Amino acid sequence: MSENLIHHRLFDKKGLEVRFSAETLEKVKQIISRYPEGQKKSALLPILHIAQEELGGHLSVDVMDYVASILEVQPIEVYEVATFYTQYYLDKVGKYVIEVCRTGPCAICGGEDITDYLSAKLKINDGETTPDGLFTLRTVECLGACGYAPVMQINTEFHEFLTKEKIDKIVEELQQKANLDKSKESKWVEKF
Amino acid sequence: MGRKILTDKIDIPGIITFEVYKNNGGYDAATRALKQMTPSEVTDEVKKSGLRGRGGAGFPTGMKWSFLDRNTPGPRYLVCNADESEPGTFKDRYLMEKIPHLLIEGLIISSYALDAATTYVYVRGEFKTQIGILSKAIREAYANGFLGKNILGTSYNLDIYVHSGAGAYICGEETAMLESLEGKRGLPRLKPPFPAVKGLYGRPTVVNNVETLAAVVPIINMGGDEYAKIGVGKSTGTKLISACGNINQPGVYEIELGISVDTFLNSPEYCGGVKTGKKLKAIVPGGSSVPILPAGLIMKTAAGEDRLITYESLADGGFVSGSMLGSGGFIVYDEDQCIVRNTWNFTRFYHHESCGQCSPCREGTGWMEKVLHRIEHGHGTHKDIDLLVSIAKRIEGNTICPLGDAAAWPVASAIRHFRHEFEYHVENPEVVRNVKHAPVRMKEVVNCELGR
Repeated sequence: MSENLIHHRLFDKKGLEVRFSAETLEKVKQIISRYPEGQKKSALLPILHIAQEELGGHLSVDVMDYVASILEVQPIEVYEVATFYTQYYLDKVGKYVIEVCRTGPCAICGGEDITDYLSAKLKINDGETTPDGLFTLRTVECLGACGYAPVMQINTEFHEFLTKEKIDKIVEELQQKANLDKSKESKWVEKF
Repeated sequence: MGRKILTDKIDIPGIITFEVYKNNGGYDAATRALKQMTPSEVTDEVKKSGLRGRGGAGFPTGMKWSFLDRNTPGPRYLVCNADESEPGTFKDRYLMEKIPHLLIEGLIISSYALDAATTYVYVRGEFKTQIGILSKAIREAYANGFLGKNILGTSYNLDIYVHSGAGAYICGEETAMLESLEGKRGLPRLKPPFPAVKGLYGRPTVVNNVETLAAVVPIINMGGDEYAKIGVGKSTGTKLISACGNINQPGVYEIELGISVDTFLNSPEYCGGVKTGKKLKAIVPGGSSVPILPAGLIMKTAAGEDRLITYESLADGGFVSGSMLGSGGFIVYDEDQCIVRNTWNFTRFYHHESCGQCSPCREGTGWMEKVLHRIEHGHGTHKDIDLLVSIAKRIEGNTICPLGDAAAWPVASAIRHFRHEFEYHVENPEVVRNVKHAPVRMKEVVNCELGR
């Protein structure tokens, strides 16, 4: 991961103008107000979630620098956080990020077969994105839903008691949904 | 039928809303605490109840509260630990999703007892649905005068905010959680000073688990003495057990502490037995971090007594023949599961989740993962088994936070109780290499019991 970051810093800072919408900026202000005077940095994790959701699906150096300027912290403070937590993506991901749990309780209930099946179905390996940019497949550690194993999370939604048939259906539905109007999809951050 | 005091109302339609929760006796405890009790009276009830931290450590909650520095002027904080990430545990998610107002009521009463005016609920980032539900419930509580300024006409003010994590098991450790709340990497702090003296923003802070804080509501409703009558000895009250693995009815169950493991596993009221009638091989009774026990030792202690689900009974025999209640993540393995593969899987988890601060944990978890991978895939030697024991020993107790111990215990206990399976892997590399995944693999290889 750190390699990626060095790569970004040296070559990929495009100096693009990234900005939240006025509406999101209001939300950001409201989140900052949850923390005491002088503790703006506390809002970093929630705001990185918003930035990732709203500004391109992953945290580019331009996006991280922008977040740093909002919170009045050094860019490095944002990079070190973004590289620590697994939910922040430093590289471009697909529209739907499929995260399959690989930890013990899911594994003994067939979780490994689910990963293999998805990998064969989408013709991508762990960590890769389909050429059409629709799906990224990742294996992740325990999702905290062991009683409903095997489980996976696609963006914000959990899918439980997975079988091959269920996966076929979910993937097909998402492919259809991707063809519909994007603006109809509700954003998680509005509920937060 | 065991007594239920946390989940008794969970099936009422619409209990997720303020109105239905309130109409079913909700917020009575908060009203009573704020209007008729002083903060120290609330703390006394919690002390009397014998409630112990439900996140895993089992530390007496009342005592933790009494350590809070109340003399230094300035703010104090309560932080609710909802970063549920221990493999095998999914009870807090269940509570937040099904009955969010119970947690909010618990937060109000507890914050009042601690004289905290700001409370943060740190929810793991993956639980976005639950964050949405909880945030909505908090807005309802504000709208109905249970949060904000001058709650219920008293002089008490309280704000509750939900804070989203971003995927890091280590943030469940309380000081790592505080670092994360401050917008940093989740690196556990050196203790002392403990959070009760120097916590969030350097201020006195209490960090409690979701289930612990929810349990404060029935404690105030029934009184601490009455609560202490449920359970056995120092294991008072009820506990949510997250049951998963190879069982017929996985899910979250509220039990009275003190029922036997046998009852919990086999009764149709709870797990309903091992799936498809297979034989039980092993159980991890308290989340992936606690020692794994083989069927014989989980049902009966080494002394031959029935093993009960209590802090004491599960720990009976120490690490030689016992385990721990931990967070109540009850993972069941049937006879076809491979202990070596499972141990490798858990170790990979700890290696991935180690924050990297302490060398024994950062390096040791990686070494163990490599060695286990080697054994599991048919390239191990007998020496490797002893090497694992030696690495585990060198991690345990030598790190800032308990993640090191949590990584060492599953390995040490698996080798202690299932050494024959590790030896089988070493001695039969060709067989091991030719099968792929559990659960089918052990059937094809050999039931490891034969390798004894």
